[in-house]
Order: sequence, then C-alpha cells, then structure tokens
Amino acid sequence: MRSLSFFSKKFHSAARVFMSTVILMSVLTSASCHGAKPLDAFDVPDSFDESRDYDITFWAKNDTNATQKNIYNKAADDFMALYPNIHVNIRFYTDYGQIYNDVITNIATNTTPNICITYPDHIATYMTGESVIVPLDSLMEDGRFGLGGSEVKFDSPEKDEVIPEYLEECRIGTDHYALPYMRSTEACYVNKDYVEKLGYELPDVLTWDFVFEVSEAATRKNDDGTYAINGQKTMIPFIYKSTDNMMIQMLFQKGAPYSTPAGEVDLFNDNTREILDGISGHAQSGAFSTFKISSYPANFLNAGQCIFAVDSTAGATWMGAHAPNVDISEDKIVDFETVVYPVPQYDPEHPKMISQGPSVCLFNKEDPQEVLASWLFASYLLTNDVQLSYCQTEGYVPVTSKARKDQAYIDYLSQKSETDALHYRVKIDACELLLNNTENTFVTPVFNGSASLRSAAGELIENVTKSSRRKQTIDDAYYEKLFSDTNSLYRLDQIETKATGNIKDLGKLPTTSVILLISLGVTWLLIGAYVVYRSILKKRM
Amino acid sequence: MKKYIAACLSAAMILALAGCSKEDSKTDATTTTAEATTEATTEATTEATESETEASESETEATESEAAGDVMTYADYAAADLDTEVTIEAYVQAKQSWWEDKATVYLQDEDGAYFCYEMACSEDDYAKLVDGQKIRVNGFKSEWSGEVEIVDATFEIVDGNWTATPVDVTDLLGTDELVEKQNQLVSFTGMTVEASKDADGNEVAFLYKWDGSGNEGDDLYFNVSINGETYTFTVESYLCDKDSDVYKTVSGLKVGDTVDMEGFLYWYEGVNPHITNVTVK
Repeated sequence: MRSLSFFSKKFHSAARVFMSTVILMSVLTSASCHGAKPLDAFDVPDSFDESRDYDITFWAKNDTNATQKNIYNKAADDFMALYPNIHVNIRFYTDYGQIYNDVITNIATNTTPNICITYPDHIATYMTGESVIVPLDSLMEDGRFGLGGSEVKFDSPEKDEVIPEYLEECRIGTDHYALPYMRSTEACYVNKDYVEKLGYELPDVLTWDFVFEVSEAATRKNDDGTYAINGQKTMIPFIYKSTDNMMIQMLFQKGAPYSTPAGEVDLFNDNTREILDGISGHAQSGAFSTFKISSYPANFLNAGQCIFAVDSTAGATWMGAHAPNVDISEDKIVDFETVVYPVPQYDPEHPKMISQGPSVCLFNKEDPQEVLASWLFASYLLTNDVQLSYCQTEGYVPVTSKARKDQAYIDYLSQKSETDALHYRVKIDACELLLNNTENTFVTPVFNGSASLRSAAGELIENVTKSSRRKQTIDDAYYEKLFSDTNSLYRLDQIETKATGNIKDLGKLPTTSVILLISLGVTWLLIGAYVVYRSILKKRM
Repeated sequence: MKKYIAACLSAAMILALAGCSKEDSKTDATTTTAEATTEATTEATTEATESETEASESETEATESEAAGDVMTYADYAAADLDTEVTIEAYVQAKQSWWEDKATVYLQDEDGAYFCYEMACSEDDYAKLVDGQKIRVNGFKSEWSGEVEIVDATFEIVDGNWTATPVDVTDLLGTDELVEKQNQLVSFTGMTVEASKDADGNEVAFLYKWDGSGNEGDDLYFNVSINGETYTFTVESYLCDKDSDVYKTVSGLKVGDTVDMEGFLYWYEGVNPHITNVTVK
C-alpha cells in the first residue's frame, strides 16, 4: 500500500508549510531587528582546496520510493569516489513540505543544509533572509568549476545543455537560485474502454468540455443503484489529484489573471468564479471529485471506478490496469486500456500545461570552499548517470539535452512494455507527453507568498466541490465569503509586492534623519563659503 | 573669521554626530518598535484567533443548542448518507494529532466508533480531550479510501466519561462483518509476524513507510497472518510516535513472532488497523 493515513499527513504538511512561512517571517524579522549578521555574499574562490576535507549535507526528497533513495546514495558514493575529500551526508525526506519546514527552522539557527531539493516557490521564501541562498550564475558560468568546467572531475553538461525552459524556472528576479533536477507535468490517465463504451471517441486533444460531458454520461445509474458503466456502486468519472494545479492551469489556459511577477494577487476574479461555477455543477452530479475529498485517482482508475484520472507524470507507475505499483487489492483491479493525455485544454490548438518537479538550491556558508564543494555535488546531479537512473523511476524527464540525447535514454524510451516495470508503457507515455510538450509548459511567478497563493487556488476548488456535494447554496454571497475567507486564511492581502500598489509607505523621514541631513548640508555650505571667502581674500591681496 | 567658521563647522559636525547618535537611538527604538510590532501582531493574531475561537465556540454552542435534540444514535449515523451533516455524542478513546487548531481523534460509544478528522479545536481544548471524555460533535460524514469519518467538524465538551474495552475481532478478519467495527478499539490475538521486503529486497519484520523508503520516526508497516491470510498493520507515527512502547516493540519484532495486538480499526482500501499495543508471546 502506498501510504496509509497519507491523507491526514498531507494536510498537516500543507498546514505546516503555511504556518512555517508565517513563522519564518517573524523569525527573520526578529533576527534582523536584533542585528544578526548575515553571511557575506558568496564569491567563487580562485581555486578549490582539495587538501581539506568537507562535510556537506544534502536534504533529498524521494517519492516514497526506495529505488530513488538508492539512486541518491549511489550518486553520493560515485561522487565521493571522484572527490574523496568531500563527504556527502544525505538526509531523506518524502515530503517537500517537511523539507521546507526544516529549512525554515534551520535558517534561524544558521544550521541549514548545504544543498536541498526544493521548489522555486519555497526558495523565494528562504530568500527573505539575506544571503541565505547562493545565486548560481557565477558558479554555473565559471570556466573551471562551472557547468562543463575544465577542472570538474566528471562529465558535466554545459550550461546551454540544460533545457532553457527549466533553467529559466529557477530564476528569481535577475539571478538563478537553483538548478533543475527532474521535471514532470500532469497527465490525464484515461480508461479508453469506458469512454468508447459510453459512445464517445477520444479526440487528439482532451478538452474540459469533452471530459465533463463524458463524465456526466458516466453518472447514469441502473435501477439497483449501481452505475451503468461499471456495474459497481462506486464511480467518480473525473478525479483531480492537485487542485492547485487544476485552477492554475485553467486560468492560464484562459489567459486569465492569477498573479504578477511583482507579487500582485489576481486570483479572485470573474474567470475564477466562472471556473468554479462549472466545477460546482459537476461536483454536485457526482461527475467530479478530488484527491482530498475522495482519495488517490489511481485507486479509482485501476478499480474501474474512474475514467479520467489527473495526476503527475511522476505518479505514472501507479496508473493503469498493469501498474507496477498498486494500492488496492488485486481482486479489485479491472482490465482496461490506459491512454495518457495532457491535461484537458480550453484551446486545443494552443495547449498549456504546468511544469513541475524538483530543483536543487545551495545554502550559503561562511566558508566559500564549502559552498564550492556543495556546488560540485549539486552539478554532479546533472550528469547523465544520475539523470537517467532517476528519471526512469517515474514519469520524470531529464533536465539536460545531453541526457536526452544519450543512446541509453533513447533505448529506454523505445522499449515500452505492459509487464516490465522498468519499461512500463504508461510511464514512458507520460515521459513522452512532457518531452513533446516542453515548449507548452509554464510556471507561475515566484515571489515570497507564491506558495500560499498556490494553496489558495486549490482550496477554492476543494471548498466549492465539498459545498456542492453537500447541496449547499452557491451564489453571489457564497463566492464573496469564499474569496474573502481564502484571502484572509492564506494572508494573501499581506503579500508585499514590488509593484507600486502594495509596497508599504515608509512615511515621512524621521526628525533625527532630517537633522542629520540638514547638518551635513550646512557643513558643506560653510565649507563652500569658506573656500569662496578665502579666494576673495587672495584676490584682494 | 576663521575661528567663527571653525566654530560653525564644529557646531555642524556636533549636530551631525548628534543626529547620527539619535539615529542609532532611533534604530534601537525602531528595533523595539519592530519587536513590539511583532509581539503586537502575534498577540493580535492570537487574540484574533482566540476571538475567532470564542466566536466559533459561541457559534458551536448555538449550533449545538439548536442541534441538541438532533443528536444521532450510532445507527442513525451509520445510516446517514455521505456528505450530510451529522451530530453525534461519543467518548474520546485516543488523540491522533493536533495542528493549527485542528484535532484528529478516535471516538466511540457503546454502539460504535467514529473518526473525527481535523476537527476545529484550540490547543487548550485539545488538552481537555482526555481519554474517556464525552464530547458532542457536529460535522459532515465523509469517506476517504473506505475510511468513514467526520470532517469539517466542531465540538463541545459534555458531561460523561467512558472508556471502551477492546473487542477481539481476530475471527472477523477477512469477513464482510469486520467493517461494521470500523474505528473501534479492537484486539487481535495469536497472529504471526510475516516477512516484508525492504528497499534492498531483504526480508524484514517491519518497514519504515510502506516500501521501506522511510526512516525511524515514520509510520511502521508490518505484516501479520492468521489462518493463512496475511494483513498489513500500521503503527501510525502521529498516534504512537517513535518513543512510544508500541513503536519500540514493533521495531524489535522478528519474523515468526506470535503477537497479540490492540488498536483502532482504521481503513485504507481495506482493513488497516492503527496498532497501539503489541505483546510478543
């Protein structure tokens, strides 16, 4: 079984992430008020001192997947064989939220790891502290130790071999603060047999209208209360795992506002309400539900109780009648053909889908040599060996063109199978989905507070879905309260933006500052007057 | 004249220094203000939260007063449709977790049991939820992966105290009747610890997380069998953390051990008890 009680832990994680952000702000504010000395900005050293030993800590995240853990361990061992003076200590997590919490706790005590797996949204919060995160541009471009550098002891990709879209996702403001490590997107895993049984033919590109129409058709019941499509008592035709992503992608596909790079929150708009109205009707009819409300889409899909299951491509090994990983007993699994599609679209001619997946960031330290050692390991994670072994564990794709062009990867993609777990067809289909749509991916603007905004976006769908199932009235007053409560709960009204609108007015200059400035001005005036007076005297003499 | 200018310059410098000095003082003052602001904000937030909690409590009281006559029996609750509003009274049997004013608890009465997931609860009220305490809960009946639970709930403490005695359900394992005991405090006797495979393919008596990918402190998963059927049981780390006796006992299990167990009959795509006590025979 995948994760019993995962649900409860999932929610605790989300809550903790949210609260940690608030706590971090307080801690950092307090620290700065007490004059805590920030670290000096990192400069790339002229050389790497290999006569010294370095202990570096890497906080890694695996998808509750033992193979991924082994790959990290092997990567560390292989790296340490090349650099015997660098000792990599890995701490494993299975939850991004927990890493985030622990990083925040450790920023306050200057005990951050050297490297950690993270998301840019989280980095934006870490960066609230001065010089906490190392900007990577100078490191990436360093001729000796950078990407493809002359003095690195492994086959490092060049900077231009990192997929540009993914590198761009790691830029916050003007600098890059992370390296992409793996990338995924969301996929819609479809029970093709049921779609056709309902009299529909799958289109080239799934649209929201099509998915909802088929889903409604699948809610028809027999006289005995079972569903006509599967003869079972349970059928949730359309289940979405991450409602954060659902709302974000729907808004982006519509070209509707969500947020600006400056941190302005535009989530609460008419487009959002229109989307929620649509979802509400389908939730009330039982055609749509979410992971948080019902459970993992894969469990329903594999039991023949779902037709459209949207989950990450990084969860592809759980999807389908022949999935290598299953959470339900074998006697519940039904046989059907699984087809992998991009998430449903509003405009099939111009598909848009979210880019997600782990990145790695470096934490600044007093010793630049230690930072350089940690950079070397971080960049080692981009080598073909690490990229190819890790991406094959799930529906991830490598983040370098160098790995994608590797013959071993090409061979891997060509060997689809329904029975061999390594070459599980649905997983490789999910990879190809992303490989073929890299240019159609997008990410949301990153700023301090963007992680909260993501959560808020999903919470709107969760709340409307729950309310609809409970037959509650959803009208103007409902939306007004929902938007207001969500705005308040996630403190979106407290996000400081770089735009003019929301920056705090610092008020009038303090009196003492005015005195100081006037005094300096008077001093210079008097100096000037003295110089003039002296020159006049000289002329007279 | 020179003396006059020098005096003026000195005066200006003194003023400037005074300004700097005052600025420092001001910085201190600002620091204090910032701290005070932080404290004030914290207090304000706390007060706001308390106010909200109080308001929530008032609302809860009002709701409960109105719903007082609508308290459901366990049979009513069991018969209620999913996604409907329910009000029940039952006794706390175990607290699983509290975080940010949300409590997850196991409740039971003489007729059946309830799992209340993330019920609105202040930290002070959580402390009052001692084993056996009777509470009245109002929320919505829901189901997640087969686990029937009450969500989006509020509660109030009412008079009454009762503690369940574990009911032995060993003979019900593998039967359709077992689900009727869902969430109850139950016991299993004479079961045998079976091997699980860890991340390296080794046979072990337990795993950290479902596939062994976790670490100490994570949930423990272990297989136990009876009558030729094997079941996966869990030590839920929020319910019983790594310092608990049961966590330590399960960490020390050996394949082939015969064990008696107690726990709550949690459900996840089938029976998956949250074990709270293990005795190795």
